[in-house]
Parts: sequence; structure tokens; C-alpha cells
Amino acid sequence: MSTETEEKYEKYYVPEQSKWPIVGAVGLFLIAFGGANFIQQTTGKYGNDGSMGWITFAAGLTIIFYMMWGWWRDTINESMEGLYSSQMDRSFRQGMLWFISSEVMFFAAFFGALFYARALVMPWLGGEGNNVMTHALLWPDFIPQWPMTETPGGETTQGMGPWGLPAINTAILLTSSWTLTIAHHALRDGNRNALLNYTSITALLGIIFLGLQVWEYIHAYQEMGLTLGSGIYGSTFFMLTGFHGFHVTIGTIYLIVLSIRCASGHFTAENHFAYEAGAWYWHFVDVVWLFLFIFVYII
Amino acid sequence: MADHHPTGIKRWLFTTNHKDIGSMYLWFSFIMFLVGGAMAMVIRAELYQPGLQFVDPNFFNQMTTMHGLIMVFGAVMPSMVGLANWLIPMQIGAPDMALPRMNNWSFWILPFAFAMLISSLFMEGGAPNFGWTFYAPLSTTYAPPSTDFFILGVHMMGISSIMGAINVIVTVFNMRAPGMTLMKMPLFVWTWVITAFLLIMVMPVLAGAVTMMLTDRHFGTDFFNAAGGGDPVMFQHIFWFFGHPEVYIMILPAFGVASEIIPAFARKKLFGYSSMVYATASIALLSFVVWAHHMFTVGMPVAGELFFMIATMLIAVPTGVKVFNWVATMWQGSMTFETPMLFAIAFVILFTIGGFSGVMLAMAPVDFQYHDTYFVVAHFHYVLFPGAIFGTTAAVYYWLPKWTGKMYNEKLGKAHFWISMLFVNLTFFPMHFSGLAGMPRRIPDYNMMFADFNQLASIGAFGLGLSQLLFLGIVIATIRGGKKAEDKPWDGATGLEWDQLPCPAPYHTFDTPPKVN
Repeated sequence: MSTETEEKYEKYYVPEQSKWPIVGAVGLFLIAFGGANFIQQTTGKYGNDGSMGWITFAAGLTIIFYMMWGWWRDTINESMEGLYSSQMDRSFRQGMLWFISSEVMFFAAFFGALFYARALVMPWLGGEGNNVMTHALLWPDFIPQWPMTETPGGETTQGMGPWGLPAINTAILLTSSWTLTIAHHALRDGNRNALLNYTSITALLGIIFLGLQVWEYIHAYQEMGLTLGSGIYGSTFFMLTGFHGFHVTIGTIYLIVLSIRCASGHFTAENHFAYEAGAWYWHFVDVVWLFLFIFVYII
Repeated sequence: MADHHPTGIKRWLFTTNHKDIGSMYLWFSFIMFLVGGAMAMVIRAELYQPGLQFVDPNFFNQMTTMHGLIMVFGAVMPSMVGLANWLIPMQIGAPDMALPRMNNWSFWILPFAFAMLISSLFMEGGAPNFGWTFYAPLSTTYAPPSTDFFILGVHMMGISSIMGAINVIVTVFNMRAPGMTLMKMPLFVWTWVITAFLLIMVMPVLAGAVTMMLTDRHFGTDFFNAAGGGDPVMFQHIFWFFGHPEVYIMILPAFGVASEIIPAFARKKLFGYSSMVYATASIALLSFVVWAHHMFTVGMPVAGELFFMIATMLIAVPTGVKVFNWVATMWQGSMTFETPMLFAIAFVILFTIGGFSGVMLAMAPVDFQYHDTYFVVAHFHYVLFPGAIFGTTAAVYYWLPKWTGKMYNEKLGKAHFWISMLFVNLTFFPMHFSGLAGMPRRIPDYNMMFADFNQLASIGAFGLGLSQLLFLGIVIATIRGGKKAEDKPWDGATGLEWDQLPCPAPYHTFDTPPKVN
């Protein structure tokens, strides 16, 4: 019986001691502590002046990048040395899927805020339900409509239409998912040239998307008067598209790293967890955009 | 070889060992338990008599806020993660957690996060003073500057919790020894995997809530500002969407502990294993659709109140299944009453009291009366102290021989139990009455008519606080000079950690998966 277990059993790699976690904890602390100071010093709200905030914040970021570089270098080396069993590969895969699930819930909080504000708060501010007096006494001039071009407090703005730039961006992201899938198939077929080309194209499409989004933001701020401060419409618009854009940035950096690793021949048709994790992440970012396009821009 | 481990400070800073990380989590949570407990002592000292004696109202508010935050995020949650780290790999026959380095990162984020949170006490304007639920606009428009450090601290705790939860869930789904099928897993593992699922689903929502607070405070967004088309009540919805599953995150692992200990000392198998698993899963799923019972008085539409009232009451069904299960396990068992069992039985009884007051609070029309009174304080302290904390305490006594190879002093353990049992009830039971009579929570002064109950509660609280120092003493004495434990000190104990490992468990266990029948 025991021989049977031993035969089937592949050793699970438990790493030796590593300095990266504690380095990461220090880095994260400096980002948080410096970040809070940085924000207060930027907005000048509490008379917290000086410039230690951004210096601490930048130091934290540097340490986190150092950690990422070292930690991932260790895992890549371990993987290339063949220390990882198929069970280890499954741990990584499941870990990534649960991480993406948690990301979905982060976006869900902001989508929830959008739906709640639009479907419940706005009619209530307009006097629906048992809120007749709210409307009559506090904000009698408020007209409930979406996009909320005028807030109860009198802040005005314009709504961002879906056609034009956002539609082009949708097409770009959909195309990028398609090119990434081609690259993924090329990886499985062992076609390194196609893999490298299509991965790089995907990263490039990510960069174009980000460029267009920056352009859209400039247009919103300078010509439409649509800002973070434009009431709940501006808040949800910028927080949802902003966090999505942040995720596209991370995904694009990830794709660039993957392109470099493809060029160095790190991935084989059988062993390419890091590649697939990046692909999953990119598809997740893509799906979030589709929801954004429908609920923030179209409806 | 198996027992070789690194030494010095590097052992703890750089470790990838689930047992080391489990120990660090447990010690950290106990330190936070004492810090949060000291704040509770300040609160109870101020409430010993009506009128203002020791602290000013603003500092009182800081104490209630920090006490809640530290106990929830610093004491209870990390203690459960510590137990998970120590036990899950041994109970499922794995060599370690699935992602050992990330495991260490999860832990080390916490001391930094709490250093930052606690340092807010010394910042200009004082620590956060808006209650641990940090409702807007108290936490946005009217909050002290230190709130930004609190927000970033919550982000750090959230990152730590999510990574810890991913580690647990991946370990359980991917690292089980051959033959350890899902429905053979010890219940502690089951309750923790469900807890991990809840953590992954709701911690990001908390991150969203504090992010909205941050942008409302500094960048002009209007999420919680009605004049901008937002709604302060929306904060409560988002918060409690996290907050209700959060209370199950704190209690489910304790359910698992009770389900391990009670069969061991009743010397019977658990009455209904699969019903226990399904009940836990049902509680977890229901926890996503009951959040607004925390906010019956905000002026929700009646249909909403009805929905959340009925959904909440439904939770009593799977919870009843669990309590019935524990009682039926003890029924006609050959019971002995060692310290872990005493804590486990007290857990069942006192948690049930907290459950019943929960059903009372679930009734919307009745809750209009109880809302924000000491009745609520009594309710959630009954499920948290004799619930979650007695659960952890029972677990520590039960598995201490496995961890240290030494036995605790049974007499002192029993003394710790009876003193805790007496004082926990003396502290929290009178709060039911003062609450029903209308005493509001989070106020440093009160009407003369509540004086007797408050005096009793304060005496109980001081006793309860002191008795936990006895616990510390017992644990230290065990580690330093306890009697050597047998490999299986509890003759009714089952599971891989008892059947296949010596006491103390060697530094590395199950490098080769054990055989599971």
C-alpha cells in the first residue's frame, strides 16, 4: 500500500525561508502610511504640510517593485529548475482564480453603488416613495434623470455618450482578447513566433486603450465639465472607469513582461502557468469593461 | 531532519512554516486582545457610574471605536487564521499551506497595519471616533484627520485577509492527502473553507467602502452626500454587505472547533456530520442576503424590511440544526469535562443565548425599540465573547499538547473556565436589561435608572479582563514547564493530527502524504 502512495506521489515544493514577505510588508506599510500623508498634503485639508508623504509613498512603491522583482525571480527560477509539480501548478491556478474572484467583488461594490444611486436614491431625491418632503423642502428644483446633469445641490455637468471613443475602446479591448487567445493557442501548439507576435500586439492594444482613455478624461475635464466632483454621476463614472483603467495598466505591464518572457523562451506548451494567469486577468479586465460599457455609458 | 528549524529572529521574519506562522498569528491576536481589552476597561470604568468621571466624551468615542476595530480585525480574525494555519495542513495531511511565502506575507502585514491604526490615538484630533461601523457622514465630513490612516490600515488588513483566505481555500481544495475526500474532512476544515469563501467575497467590498470614504473626504466625490445625488444610507448598505458575512467569518471557525471538541469528550461520533456541513454552507449563503437587518430604522421601504426580516429569521433554521447536533452528540455520551470541553459546552449554551437575542433583533418592528441600545451590545458580545473567543480558547486548550508537547495544568484551566464563565455573564447579561429599558449604546453618560446594571457589568468586565491574564499565565507555564503530554492526551480525539502525529508535532509534518481510510 505504502509503495503505491510513494509511486504516485510527486513531492510538493515547500520553499525555504524567504525574505520577500517581510520586505513586502514593510513596502506596503510605507505605501499606506506615506499614502495617507501624501493625500492629506496634496489636498491640504488638515494643515498637514511638508513633503514626507510622497517620499515615503515612493519609497514604499520602490520596495514593493523590488519585492516583486525578487520574489518572482525566485519563483521563475524554481519553476525553470523543475521544482514545481503538477499539484503546485494547480495551487497557483486556483490561487489566481480566487484572486480574480476577489477583484470581481471589488468592482461589484462600485457597480452596486451605481445601481443603488440610480435606481433608488435618485427617485427618492425626486420625491418618490415616502420622500415627498425631502424633495419639497430640501431640493424642490431637482429633476431626477440620468445622467444626472444637475445634482440636488446645483452642480452641473454633461453626460458621456457611449458612441465614439468608448465604442472604439470597446472594439480595441475585444480585439485584444481575440489576439491574446490566438497567442494562447500558438503557445499550446509550440509556435513561438506567433506567440510572441500576438502577445506583443495584445500589449500594444492595451497601451492604445489607455491612451484613448486619457484623451477621454481630458475631454471630460476640459470641455464637458465632467469631473470627480460632478455629483454621483461623475463619482461613479470616474471611479469605475478609473479603477478599470488601473487594472488595464497592471494587465498591460503584465503582458509586456510576458512578451519578454516569451522571447526568452520561458514557456513551454505544457508548463506556462504565468502566461495563463495573465490571460485570465486580461479577459477579466475585458469583461469588466463590457459591463462598464453597458451600465456606465449606454444605459 | 524533520525537527530541524532555523533559529533566532530570522526564523520568524523569513519563515515559510505553517506552524511558525500559526503561532505568530495566535500570539499577535492575543496581544491585540489585551490592547482591545484595555480599551474595554476604560469604557467600563467610565460607565461604572452615571456622569462623566474619567474621560471626555470624544475620547470615550475613540475607545469604543478602537475597541471594536481591534477586537474584530486584530483579535478574533487573526486568532482564527492562526488556528487554521496550525491545524488545516495537519488535519488534511498536507506538508504545509499551499502558498507558504504568501502565508508569511499575510501575517506580517498585520503588525504594521495595527501599529498604524493604534498610532492614530496619538495624532492631532485623536483616533477615529465614529464607531467601528464608521458610518458616513461621521467618518467623512465630521471625522478627524487620522481617519485617512484608518482607511489605509483597513486596506492593509483586507489585503492580509484575502491572501490568508486564498491560501486556506487552495490548501483545502488542492492539498488533501489521497483518500481525504471532501466529506471526510474534519469539520474545522469545512467551516474554515466556507469562512475563506466569505472572506474572498466580502473583504473587497469593504475595500470599496473605505475607498469611497477616502474619495468623498478628499477628492470631491459624492457617494455618501445627498446634495450630490449620493446617500449616506448607501454607506450602510455597502458596509453591512461586508459586515454581516463578517460576523459569520468570526463565528464559523468556532463552530468547527466545537464540532471537533464535543465528539472527542462525549466519546461519540458527531451526531450528523453532513447536516453540519450543509448547515454551515446555508448559513454562509444566507449571510449575503440579510445585511439590511442592521439598518431597519433608516427608513427603508416596507417591502425591504419584510424581506430582510424573513431572510434573517431563516438563518435560525441551520443554526438550530447545528445546536441540535451538538446537543445530540452529547446525548448519552460518556462525557468527561476537561477544560476544552467546558469551554465548548459553555460555547453552545451562551452562543445560543446570543442567537436567541439575534432572532429578537431580527423582527423589524421590535428592532425599532432595540436598535442602538445596550440590547444590541449584549447580543453581539454574547456571540463574540462566549462564542468566538470561547471557541478559540477551547481550541487552544485542546490542541496545546499537540503544539507544545506539554499538558496545561487542568486545575488552573478549570479555574480559568469558571471565572470566565461567571464574569462573562456578569458583564453582558445585565446589558440585556439596560438595553430593553432604553439605554443607548456609545454614550459615556446615562440615566440614573441604569446605574445598578452598569455597575454589575463593570465589575464583571474587570473580572473578565483580569481572568484572561490567568489564561496567559497558564499558556506560558505550559510552554515553559508543563508535564510532557502523551501523543494522544484525549482518548476520544480523532483526526490525522491525533492519530498519525506525535506530541509535539514535528516542525515538518506529512512530507509524504499519510494514508487515509
